[in-house]
Amino acid sequence: MPLLMQSQSDDDQYVLVATLDNARNLSNILKAIAFKDHAIFTATPNGLRVTVEDSKCLQANAFIQAAIFQEFTIKEDLVGLQINLTVLLDCLSIFGGSTVPGTSTALRLCYKGYGHPLTLFLEEGGVVTVCKINTQEPEEPIDFEFCSSNVTNKVILLSESLKEAFSELDMTSEVLQITMSLSQPYFRLSTFGNAGSAHYDYPKDSDMMELFHCTTTQTNKYKMSLLKPSTKALALSSKVSVRTDSRGVLSLQYLVRNDDGQICFVDYYCCPDEEADDE
Amino acid sequence: MKFRGKIVDVACLNHFTRVVSTISKLTKTCALRLTPDHLFFVLCGKVASGGVAMWCELAQANIFDEYQMEGVSSQDNEICLEVTPENIFRALRTVHNAKSVKVKLTKKHCPCLTVAAELPTMSSVNRVVTHDVPVDVIPRRLWHEFKEPSLPDFDVSVYLPPLKTMKNVVDRMKNLSNFLVVEANLSGQMTLKIETDLVSVTTHFKDLGNPHWGDRTSQDGGSQSPRDLDAMAQARVDIRKLQQFLVGQQVNPSRAICNIVHQTVLHLILLHQDVSLQYFIPALA
Repeated sequence: MPLLMQSQSDDDQYVLVATLDNARNLSNILKAIAFKDHAIFTATPNGLRVTVEDSKCLQANAFIQAAIFQEFTIKEDLVGLQINLTVLLDCLSIFGGSTVPGTSTALRLCYKGYGHPLTLFLEEGGVVTVCKINTQEPEEPIDFEFCSSNVTNKVILLSESLKEAFSELDMTSEVLQITMSLSQPYFRLSTFGNAGSAHYDYPKDSDMMELFHCTTTQTNKYKMSLLKPSTKALALSSKVSVRTDSRGVLSLQYLVRNDDGQICFVDYYCCPDEEADDE
Repeated sequence: MKFRGKIVDVACLNHFTRVVSTISKLTKTCALRLTPDHLFFVLCGKVASGGVAMWCELAQANIFDEYQMEGVSSQDNEICLEVTPENIFRALRTVHNAKSVKVKLTKKHCPCLTVAAELPTMSSVNRVVTHDVPVDVIPRRLWHEFKEPSLPDFDVSVYLPPLKTMKNVVDRMKNLSNFLVVEANLSGQMTLKIETDLVSVTTHFKDLGNPHWGDRTSQDGGSQSPRDLDAMAQARVDIRKLQQFLVGQQVNPSRAICNIVHQTVLHLILLHQDVSLQYFIPALA
């Protein structure tokens, strides 16, 4: 029987071993970026980064620091692999992913290296499940070259307030326009849909706004279809940082607290809509 | 041919409703056999139903306070109907708070099971709700199709793990694959396995216990050498058929048993007081 404990003796053959007492701590954060099947896993001694991309215009990353795991052993500086995220999420919630306190699924994640499957050992209430997920050739994630020195504008909001705005956004609009300015309206979300235009303004001294840092007035449009997946992360997060750089690339960084109160980050990068350049 | 039964006790009514609900989740139509002592819901394993067979047995005395029936003849004192369990369930569901429910076989435009419920009122005037559920009478010559299935000559018999856990696992596996391999041995172990191009998932249950079937197994043992306790018997089945069984069951069985005839059939039994439900899922190659 491949019990969790017994498998520890086989650790030598694995380049990556990570254990979690509560598999939800991993599955929840992965749900925040689950908008495409293919996910690129990049493990370093600092932890695990999972990347999902769409149309070369959108990238979502989930970071799970090594400290979140009860055990995180990596034998190489960098281990990369690509797997089907939908399959992984089904595997992680094989026991139903119940939220009942006192019942949690223990997880042990092992990887032998290139060409091998990603093996998950899951245990709940004495029942053990072994999943072997076939890995694919890892693709190189896009580098958006988004660095803090190029950031022109930055706003930190409580997620609550953005959730409200996103739930009321006119989804018939093809784009979401984000305006950040030195004067009124400071931070504005605009849509241009069938029923007309709508603007959602945040005063910069709002309780919901933790930080407002604006160097130049900037107005950029982003495809609504690309931003929609980010609402998954928004729903889980407590704070969100909205940044744009000089090229108009949008960075949304979500702070997510897991069941144990530990902090993880999910970030989304999105390219501006072409039209924005014409204006 | 006459049938009339009356349920007064709310607990009995709920119990009967749950059983019919369970049946309705498993099959669109089935045969309902009424005998002086029992009710049977029967689905015979025809190709059209994917070879799945079902046998559900209830003692009438545990449900009905009054029960009168007269079969087609004194030799064949039995009534055999083709029913749509979903329709009976709908009728029963709407009368769940009734003071009493009468179920009888009537001849309206077509043969019907008439469910007449007396609902509670604040005034002295009674409210009676009547549902006519159309049924077909199955002629005597076809009765042989609805006999109790014989207990298969299984290789392994094992108690099922908690059905809720099993349902969760099967639900997820269904997202990943269309087929599921069920394996079990005589050491109380059972595994559920799926394998696709993308992933292989195996769930191991242990310490489940193996039911004793009395003389039956020893008779087998006489002709062959006793089975190796750790040897797995397996059946590869359509995962939807197993999921249907797990999703639909509402009887909260006190005993749930799984019998496997190696590569032939998966035989599931739920026992709850007077009710027994057997479900046969044929193995696929």
